Amino acid sequence: MNAAPFIPLLLALALSPLLLGIINRTKALFAGRRGQPFLQTYFDLWKLLQKGAVYSRTTTWIFRAGPMLGLAAVLMAAALVPFGNCPALIAFPADFILFAGLFGLTRFFTVIAALDTGSSFEGMGASREVFFSALAEPALLVALATLARQAQSLSLSTILGQVSGGHWLQAGPVLALVLIALMIVLLAENSRIPVDDPNTHLELTMIHEVMVLDHGGPDFAFILYGAALKLWVLAAFVVGLIVPATGAPWLNVVLSVGGMFAIAVIVGVVESVMARLRLLIVPQLLVGAGALAAMAFLLGLNK
Amino acid sequence: MIPTNLILVLVVLTNLKLLGSSRIGSSIRVVAAQGVVLGLLPILAHVHDLSLRFTLLAVGTIAIKGIVFPWFLFRAVREADVAREIEPYVGYVTSLLSGVVILAISFWMCQRLPMPETLASSWLAPVAIFSIFAGLFLIVSRKRALSQVLGFLVLENGVYTFGVGLAPQTPLLVEAGVLLDVFVAVFVMGITIFHINREFDHINTDQLNTLKD
Repeated sequence: MNAAPFIPLLLALALSPLLLGIINRTKALFAGRRGQPFLQTYFDLWKLLQKGAVYSRTTTWIFRAGPMLGLAAVLMAAALVPFGNCPALIAFPADFILFAGLFGLTRFFTVIAALDTGSSFEGMGASREVFFSALAEPALLVALATLARQAQSLSLSTILGQVSGGHWLQAGPVLALVLIALMIVLLAENSRIPVDDPNTHLELTMIHEVMVLDHGGPDFAFILYGAALKLWVLAAFVVGLIVPATGAPWLNVVLSVGGMFAIAVIVGVVESVMARLRLLIVPQLLVGAGALAAMAFLLGLNK
Repeated sequence: MIPTNLILVLVVLTNLKLLGSSRIGSSIRVVAAQGVVLGLLPILAHVHDLSLRFTLLAVGTIAIKGIVFPWFLFRAVREADVAREIEPYVGYVTSLLSGVVILAISFWMCQRLPMPETLASSWLAPVAIFSIFAGLFLIVSRKRALSQVLGFLVLENGVYTFGVGLAPQTPLLVEAGVLLDVFVAVFVMGITIFHINREFDHINTDQLNTLKD
């Protein structure tokens, strides 16, 4: 049996928490600190899994199901994305719509679990999260549609497999615009700095972090692991666009893993040199990303 | 082909940036950058039959649009004491989305219009029309006279983009004439802004209809 389709998923499962470690190390380097170990996220996950969970009496089964369903949806999305020219585990025409839909599903479960706690504070975070993702989602979908059009294919495996040096020479501007839009979506979806600050625990400013305050123990481990996987999956998308396909399959995988780490470093640099945008400005940034994606789509249609 | 397309993409991006930007200073800089980028267009679009004519056109465009206009507009900002915030009738996000819709309409229109065969790139005509419409949109949707001057410049850049695509057929005299017209127009507008400001202490055009003797 051919093992190649399992490689993307296994790599994602094993290496995704490492990305968070690299981001934190980059930020520490900029701040002049030594920083946490690269494997800190693994330690955190292990520690959380050892603990028991505490549930408030006001919550229902929705609150308990949220983290599990969220993680399941992200795992499914990870199975759809090819990596380093290895095809994805699951591939069928128009799977990119399922890909975008699974992110919506993850978000939906996080949001209703947050609402289930009955805390007005979590409701505020949920409202912000939904507002921002409503703006980021069109950007993601239009960017994916542009890529599908460029590659003349509807399946993620063939789209990312085919886009390579030739396409960059032919339609460089279109791909560059898609790339910028996808980077902004990546930062927004993973609640990274220009949109949300993963470190802040100041009540008025946080978005994603506030929704998961009431989860503890294994539930929080699921959420943390899900977030790491989400970052890996979206970064794999960007890497699939940039890293050229070489003849040797192993070289492809190594190059792509290197690309993933490079993206983690870039995210760390962005977080170190930029301030978080005001809440009022964030929609402008996300609509801007959508405008870039739409522009790329129009330019790609009229070659 | 690729350098031309790159320039056209930059023109669209600068237009979108203008539609979403809230600061007068950065808007002036963006228009200046657009002027410089467009100045390079005649050289890159006709790279195989480069002549003195195109070089002169490029140098003239860059000098006027990239250096003289921004200097003049910044002077107007300083002397008329214009507030740095643009006051739009239409919000920034709505403007940006309108820009995307305008872009789609421009592409749709250009598929219907009969185009000359000699255009340097298939994106040239849509981008030119997009610039014209975006300029018009900026003129009608912004309150301050200075932002409207910027809209006028974007509109003219659209006309210029189209002209460069057809450059082998249009004589230099026409292009130079257009450039001169725009120069005079911006000059007059700058002076008018200054005088309006001195008379009425503001340059909000929506309040000009309350003028009475």
